[in-house]
Amino acid sequence: MKGDGVTAKGNAGRAFHPVDRVRDWWAEAPQWQRYTVYLALIVFALILPAPWIGQFMSPQSDWTTVLFYPIGTYILLAIGLNVVVGQAGMLDLGFVAFFAIGGYTLAYFGTKHGLDFWATVVMGIVLAAVSGVILGAPTLRLRGDYLAIVTLGFGEIVRITANNTNEIGGARGITNVPHPSPVFGMKFLLDPAPYYYLIVAAIVLVVVFSVRLQKSRVGRAWAAIREDEDAAELMGVPTFKFKLLAFAIGAMIGGLAGGIFASKAIFIEPNTFPFILSATILAAVVLGGAGNLPGVILGAFVIAWLPERFRFIAEYRILLFGAVLVLMMALRPEGLLPSRQRKAELHEGTGGMGTMGAEVPGPDSDASAAEVGTK
Amino acid sequence: MLQELQNQFLTSTVGGLVIGSIYALVALGYTMVYGVLRLINFAHSEIFMIGTFASLVTLTTIAPTAPLGGFAMIGVLILIVIISAAVSGASAMLLELIAYRPLRKKGATRLAALISAIGASLFLQELFGLEVINWLTGKPGRNQQSAPRFVDRDTVFTIGNADIRTDHILVVIGAIIVMVILDQFVSRTKLGRGIRATAQDPEAAVLMGVSIDNIVRVTFLLGGAMAGVAAAFYVMEIENTDYRVGFVLGIKAFTAAVLGGIGNLRGALMGGIVLGLVENWGAIFLGSEWKDVIAFVILVAVLMFRPTGILGESLQRARA
Repeated sequence: MKGDGVTAKGNAGRAFHPVDRVRDWWAEAPQWQRYTVYLALIVFALILPAPWIGQFMSPQSDWTTVLFYPIGTYILLAIGLNVVVGQAGMLDLGFVAFFAIGGYTLAYFGTKHGLDFWATVVMGIVLAAVSGVILGAPTLRLRGDYLAIVTLGFGEIVRITANNTNEIGGARGITNVPHPSPVFGMKFLLDPAPYYYLIVAAIVLVVVFSVRLQKSRVGRAWAAIREDEDAAELMGVPTFKFKLLAFAIGAMIGGLAGGIFASKAIFIEPNTFPFILSATILAAVVLGGAGNLPGVILGAFVIAWLPERFRFIAEYRILLFGAVLVLMMALRPEGLLPSRQRKAELHEGTGGMGTMGAEVPGPDSDASAAEVGTK
Repeated sequence: MLQELQNQFLTSTVGGLVIGSIYALVALGYTMVYGVLRLINFAHSEIFMIGTFASLVTLTTIAPTAPLGGFAMIGVLILIVIISAAVSGASAMLLELIAYRPLRKKGATRLAALISAIGASLFLQELFGLEVINWLTGKPGRNQQSAPRFVDRDTVFTIGNADIRTDHILVVIGAIIVMVILDQFVSRTKLGRGIRATAQDPEAAVLMGVSIDNIVRVTFLLGGAMAGVAAAFYVMEIENTDYRVGFVLGIKAFTAAVLGGIGNLRGALMGGIVLGLVENWGAIFLGSEWKDVIAFVILVAVLMFRPTGILGESLQRARA
């Protein structure tokens, strides 16, 4: 191939890229070094609400509150959506539905039946997973882009149903959602700090869970499905089951986020869960680098934090997300911090749904030119 | 009771046919682009939204003081249809140029193209909500904008107790005329043959000397123009619009396209009408607040039981 020389040079040069050096070190780091890093990250998360950091990060609003919502909540949601979009390669445009189901379960059983947070949050997770399976079972056999529209429809169905059902408050929503009962002497009242620690704990839990999954047989099956579903099926991967599993696990994480969010918010209504939230979380996953957890967390952080820090952005937030999505897809479809594998997939033009029709290469876009162009 | 149900049924049928015609026109855009590019043009709903504002601005510029009748009414309608179709068609071409062409040239994945489409949709919606509508109308962009009435809403005749009004007839007849023109264009002209050839087999089409870029451009132009026509009828019938008007209507039109068999022009017509009727009939029993849910449930049900739609995929060979 004509482009080989250029590509090889590109590869050799890449090892000096700081991100790649970090990755190479990480891949070979002994266990104690890794645990030190984990510990440092957790300590960092715990001192993050400190006022002196807040002064810079969020001068206009209470930093700890911002850390809980949107930042922490978006990160949790993005990790959940990443399982579906990044790992299994399916496009879900109605992820907010599971967030809503988690939130409404907690609010409904908490206010009407007086159940405790810890019980209702588990119920929310289970119900979200069940609804994920109910939605997924008939639709996951569809081609990827149909799935996107069906999930979008599902998100709207959940919202409109909540709006039209008086039993769960209708358009007025549910007020006085109970706070969690105290744990380890931490009381969950109006102070945002305990909620922040709660969501950090949830994020740590979900990250560990997600990483373990990714490295297991399940994760490899997802990667195979993402790259080439037909080939995966031929190799004996029960693709439907694994897609359903990805959907259910994503839904569970969404439900967990919904429960935690509702217990802090006290009040939820159908419009707390608009389509735009699904699109925002998708933007976070894509911006960060679908399939790569640090990237996804970074993406969610950026998308949640920027409008809070720079208030003039807030109004133009969605406009910017839209432009970012278009630009990212044209310039860097793998995201800011992609996994190497995913990047390679995207540049080979595989990964998920195959290419568009009418994609016959023209004279200005033959294969070698494409390789050089994308470095 | 039964009498009442029968009357409601007739009124709903008229309403369903009218809104169904509009769904059908918008569905054409989804179906054509999907046929050629295998891409759900998610931003098509925004092309429709832009069309409603083209119609609205034209109408407020003409500013009819009273509802018109006869030739003046038809003249104004044709004028807003043409302007709206031109604006929407041009927007769709621009959209293709900016959001999709670079991806197509790179051979990007369909997932990437769909995400780009979603981005373009969000961008256009917000651009109108924040800036453009205010600039066009001088009113806050987030508010609903109402259009002046220019069609005399006389009852022409009644069936049972369902009034068939002038505007109902105009929408349905107008939609049929436009669709016949499009159908003839695609089946008779050279460009139309190019579109069908590209939909069937892009590589073979290139070898036969079809310029793919040109075909894609024409496809977006035609699909956008159809959305523009739909937008003009929408403004005439509903008499208001806002920056989010395309969102739900777009999903429904896509449902109509899938229902009729995506890639199939005549299927889009049928899917639009069927969807309009079913959602209006369903609303008799469940209440009109459930209309959208009915439409989405139909979408899921069709995809479950007959993913190729009622008429199947015919503009293209069905490929997974």
